[in-house]
Amino acid sequence: MSMINYASREINCKIVYYGPGLGGKTTNLEHVYGKVQPDTRGKLISLATETERTLFFDFLPVDLGTIRGFKTRFHLYTVPGQVYYNASRKLILKGVDGIVFVGDSQVERMEANQEAMQNLYDNMAEYGYDLTSMPFVIQYNKRDLPNAASIREMQAALNPGWEVSEPARMRPLPDPSHPGEQLIEQLPTGEWIERAPYLEAVAVSGDGVFETLKAISKLVLKTMA
Amino acid sequence: MPVSAASWSFTEDDFGAITKALERFLADCNARCALLVDRTGQLVATVGQRPDFDPTAFATLTAADFSANDQLAKLIGENDFSSLFHQGEKESMYLADIGRRVILVVLFDSRTTLGLVRIKMRQTVVELTQLFEIVFARGGSAEAVPNILAGADDEIDKLFQ
Repeated sequence: MSMINYASREINCKIVYYGPGLGGKTTNLEHVYGKVQPDTRGKLISLATETERTLFFDFLPVDLGTIRGFKTRFHLYTVPGQVYYNASRKLILKGVDGIVFVGDSQVERMEANQEAMQNLYDNMAEYGYDLTSMPFVIQYNKRDLPNAASIREMQAALNPGWEVSEPARMRPLPDPSHPGEQLIEQLPTGEWIERAPYLEAVAVSGDGVFETLKAISKLVLKTMA
Repeated sequence: MPVSAASWSFTEDDFGAITKALERFLADCNARCALLVDRTGQLVATVGQRPDFDPTAFATLTAADFSANDQLAKLIGENDFSSLFHQGEKESMYLADIGRRVILVVLFDSRTTLGLVRIKMRQTVVELTQLFEIVFARGGSAEAVPNILAGADDEIDKLFQ
């Protein structure tokens, strides 16, 4: 739920980074924190265990610029990835405007990725949110590792597409960031499917981190326009 | 959509009435500062002495605190905890639920007592609940809030070039 404050001329939106444990969600926020001008961001709040595993959430507010005289302020949250923290993970999703799923590209983490994705769908559904009809992007992180699965495999496992039911949307939609690929396409079976936009990243070195943030923020603002 | 996530907005008149109620409450119980935070962690209003901490972070943690305690309440068979109290050596805070959507936080020190804050807070919660019920009933419909981003696609594109 975005909040527009007319007094301070701010648009506040909530973005949640979701995904399996040790996938790089906190690293994404730390990179943003380290790179943006101090006057355009707030404090990075981390509720973590002594071993730096996220216990409740990380939180970072950033300003991304001004539209129509309103400052666009994005509240970035991460959730704890570890399976047994589901109760606190679900709480963070309350009032979310956009979701970034941070997937771990390592082959061995495929099952954990799929479990986290299923958990995201389930938790969103419990709030009555439909993930397929809200701003949602997938970041394939750790692309630099030798044991990284191919993008094709990642897409097949985590982003196979959901059925398009609105006739008006049943037409090919090219993926602007991946020439030759489609976000909406018709399968040989005749069924129309839509996939979430995806980005590749190496969050530890910052590759793809801002691209992901830009992609999700833009989707969130476009939904409001 | 669940009640807690629906959009809502308030007008200048609502804001004036809310501020007035909170100013009266602060004067009555001699507390330092009151903040209104919505359940998703957004700061709605601050009244009284300007806090010397980061209010955005404070709002986020307040909502998290309340949400976590809600779940604890459910585990022990309660519907929710409608108020929370955190005691410090010098500063203390008292939090109360307003209509399941907003949290009122009051910060106070040794110039007042928990008993007085609690009594005055109870009256203020009733008053604010009534004010917010009107706001929630109106919702965030298009008539009430003009969409400031309508047709701003070009500007959004430019922002991310």
